[in-house]
Amino acid sequence: MVKISHLTAKQIASLVLAGSLSPLDVVERYLERIKKLNPTINAFINVAEEHAKRTAEELEKALKKGFRGKLAGVPIAIKDIISTKGIETTCASKILKGYVPPYDATVIKRLKAEGAIIIGKTNMDEFAMGSSTELSAYGPTRNPWNLERVAGGSSGGSAAAVAARMAPASLGSDTGGSIRCPAAFCNIVGLKPTYGTVSRYGLISYACSLEQIGPMTIDVEDCALLMDIISGRDGFDSTLIDYKFKWDPGSVKGLKIAVPREFFGEGTDERVADLVWKVIKLLESNGAVYEEVSMPLARYALACYYIIAMSEASSNLARYDGVRYGLPCNLSLPWHEAFSEVRSKGFGMEVERRIILGCFALSAGYYGRYYLKALKIRTMIRDNVLSLFRKFDVIATPTTPFPPFKIGEKIGDPLSLYMADVDTVVANLTGVPAISVPAGFVDGLPVGAQFMANYCREDILLTIAKCVQDETKFNVYLPREAAI
Amino acid sequence: MSEFKVKIGLECHCQITSLKTKLFCKCPADYRGKPPNTNVCPTCLGLPGTLPYLNMKAVEEAIKVALALNCKINKRMIFYRKNYFYPDLSKNFQISQYDYPLAVDGWVTIDVDGKDKIIRIKRVHLEEDPGRLVYRGGIDSSPYTLVDYNRMGVTLIEVVTEPDMEAPMEAKIFLQELRSILEHLGVSDGSLEGSMRCDANISIEGGSRVEIKNISSFKEVEKALSYEIIRQRSLLKRGAKVRRETRHWDEVRKITVALRAKEEEMDYRYFPEPDLVPIYLTDEMIERIRKHMPELPAVRKVRLVKQYGLTEYEARVLTSDKQLADFFEKLVSLHGKPKVDCSVVINELLRLLNEKNLEVRDLKFTPLEVSELLTMVDLGAISWKSAKYVLRRMVESGEHPKKIVELEGIRRISSVEEIERYVDIILNRYRDDVEAAIRDSKAIHRLVGEVLKETKMLADPKLTFEVVSKRIENLRRERQTSTSK
Repeated sequence: MVKISHLTAKQIASLVLAGSLSPLDVVERYLERIKKLNPTINAFINVAEEHAKRTAEELEKALKKGFRGKLAGVPIAIKDIISTKGIETTCASKILKGYVPPYDATVIKRLKAEGAIIIGKTNMDEFAMGSSTELSAYGPTRNPWNLERVAGGSSGGSAAAVAARMAPASLGSDTGGSIRCPAAFCNIVGLKPTYGTVSRYGLISYACSLEQIGPMTIDVEDCALLMDIISGRDGFDSTLIDYKFKWDPGSVKGLKIAVPREFFGEGTDERVADLVWKVIKLLESNGAVYEEVSMPLARYALACYYIIAMSEASSNLARYDGVRYGLPCNLSLPWHEAFSEVRSKGFGMEVERRIILGCFALSAGYYGRYYLKALKIRTMIRDNVLSLFRKFDVIATPTTPFPPFKIGEKIGDPLSLYMADVDTVVANLTGVPAISVPAGFVDGLPVGAQFMANYCREDILLTIAKCVQDETKFNVYLPREAAI
Repeated sequence: MSEFKVKIGLECHCQITSLKTKLFCKCPADYRGKPPNTNVCPTCLGLPGTLPYLNMKAVEEAIKVALALNCKINKRMIFYRKNYFYPDLSKNFQISQYDYPLAVDGWVTIDVDGKDKIIRIKRVHLEEDPGRLVYRGGIDSSPYTLVDYNRMGVTLIEVVTEPDMEAPMEAKIFLQELRSILEHLGVSDGSLEGSMRCDANISIEGGSRVEIKNISSFKEVEKALSYEIIRQRSLLKRGAKVRRETRHWDEVRKITVALRAKEEEMDYRYFPEPDLVPIYLTDEMIERIRKHMPELPAVRKVRLVKQYGLTEYEARVLTSDKQLADFFEKLVSLHGKPKVDCSVVINELLRLLNEKNLEVRDLKFTPLEVSELLTMVDLGAISWKSAKYVLRRMVESGEHPKKIVELEGIRRISSVEEIERYVDIILNRYRDDVEAAIRDSKAIHRLVGEVLKETKMLADPKLTFEVVSKRIENLRRERQTSTSK
């Protein structure tokens, strides 16, 4: 008997389609693991046990009638910021407690159409604001590799769930690095697709011009499979571009890699930098060429990112007033007071901080000084990055400047916590795709390497990542908890 | 009245009622008469995770309006978020336009006392309508407020003028012209409740600009502005200052009340809507729309004068309301006497409508019925005076003219045989008068009068006179024959 929980999504689907695995068996096996591991790891906020079992049963009937889905019987964990019809979706915030969306996000519809089974909603920083999944109203997610450490954020639950094999794959969202950072911290593959290739309909907005939904998987093949399924136009998201995802795994021979030195210098843990360099050399030994370059504007990226993200957040989160859903507001108060009261009760500290800063940055008199200036810098950074892509196929950097830190270590100092995004925000500001792949371990803690490519060149990223994966096999390493 | 110069500018919100779906989702745009909160989807309810998806049809309709208002169309159009809290706004921000609106710098000609006046248009832009607050009883006395989101997301086009109007009357004329243009374009049905709303800016020389919000219909605009002029004038006369502020028009009490001072003006924190990409309009698209533009009121006015020989005045009155002009043209096509038909529509029908505070679209009959009524007059079946009475009854009851004529006995007796029967009766009854008439033809009129009285004035007077004259003449001849024997 194969150990179901060590299979990839692709393997599960092929066994289910071959009739050698039943969807219900798969679901039950994963539910068991979740029951066992989740109390310590806290990757899931809400396990959709009933829903998953029912869907598995329906799927079994459909399979008998000839249903052939690319994800038949594959349990998928979903970040709690993606709307799932009939399953409570809270963004790990008290203000959305009890909110059950009456509709499915486009990505959920597409997963379901391929036979995937939503197994639960994963923990995250409240409204995706954070870099460690410590800022959840449901408590922090622990890193399966070291329970004292953070899983990364904000999609920490989705990363930890896959790392501990409580689900073979998950979806996260990435606004400033929220897929790649936890993927790196948990030794899995995480892709932030090109902006406008995956519908955001159903993704509860934090900063709409920056965020994308993306796959978080055990290996590169699953990452490609999920990307293929979730990408493409729908009639709900106006920002989608004409794009057809296509990847034929090829060789890295002749690929040109830019290595911006700003990402390896001061502020970056030397051991992390060394591991990423090793990965780059490994690609070189497979025929790629690299060159050290400079990205002088990168040092402004973090400030630019936070101003834009907070500004958009201040507007996006205005709808949480307790009138229509979630935490109810006190109807006997005048409405301004009722709104204030419910927000004070419902929002955590970091969310309040970002709303207030965002309101300030957008307000008359400061708009030009902050928001508009950030937009201008964003354009300059994009020009900088695109000029590199005229010469290079990819840009290689560490995913995060440091390995997973201890829970509580940075929580009191927002600015040092914001530094976790310093390597990842460039891809969000410019909209280019970026991937994080396992690059090795520092003191038994996972570290990721990040690659960025030009718009819609996810194929190059996957080819590079596949090469790293094939050469290192880091992806088959399992945390002790999950190895059982 | 002319001691202080008045400046009025208008911001008109017009629903594009020709659209099937809302501006940013696929919900039906026709929300009227639906049970509360049934004409909604996750997107117009602003549920977490939903996004706006632009209805390009709405953009095309708005381009028509911009072209009709002689505006310059921006090839690159951007939507903005206007952030404010209000319970009828599902997202707590409204998607509207700010910089780079759909169109700018247009103009409209209006007719003030027979003279053309140009009102400049500052901008035309698109935005979404909020939901509606429903109170039990009045806004002050209601113990709670209900919110109906059926209207949320319906397409509004906002037309902003420069402060070129100098009297409330001019504002009203402008609004009539705007409504007529929108109706001629087929983009908006101004008769639907709340389909046109208006904010007005007014300043009087020596005072600050005051904005009057929430004027729910064009009819109220003139009243609100007139009130405001009196209020501001009396302040200025007393030497007091007119504060720069926003005021609310209270339709029930017919007064404006202060909402907020300009100093504490809301900060809407406008910024480009990140969920909608900039919209690029091509010359081809604009030209295609321009080519298919229907006839506009100004052009129609010229045509009516030329085609039917109407006066400028008549053509202007007709085209000030598309329904009225349509009614007239249909009537002419059926009845074929332009001058008469125009007079009936303008002098009779319009007077009745004004008297009863109705609009053409409220009529329960069509030009066909009016043409049948006029044909009865042409054939002598009823008098012109009766026709006017019948038209009034038609407006009141919507009944078919023939039925009214029949039921109320408003018929003209024009058959010779029938009149002769009445004449026989009268000649028998008034022998002395017959003798008098035989002697002197002038006395015939008295007999004719008696016949008409007998028929309750239904007999054709001309015909009656002829019959009576003939009979008296016969009698006279008989006498002469007998005396000569």
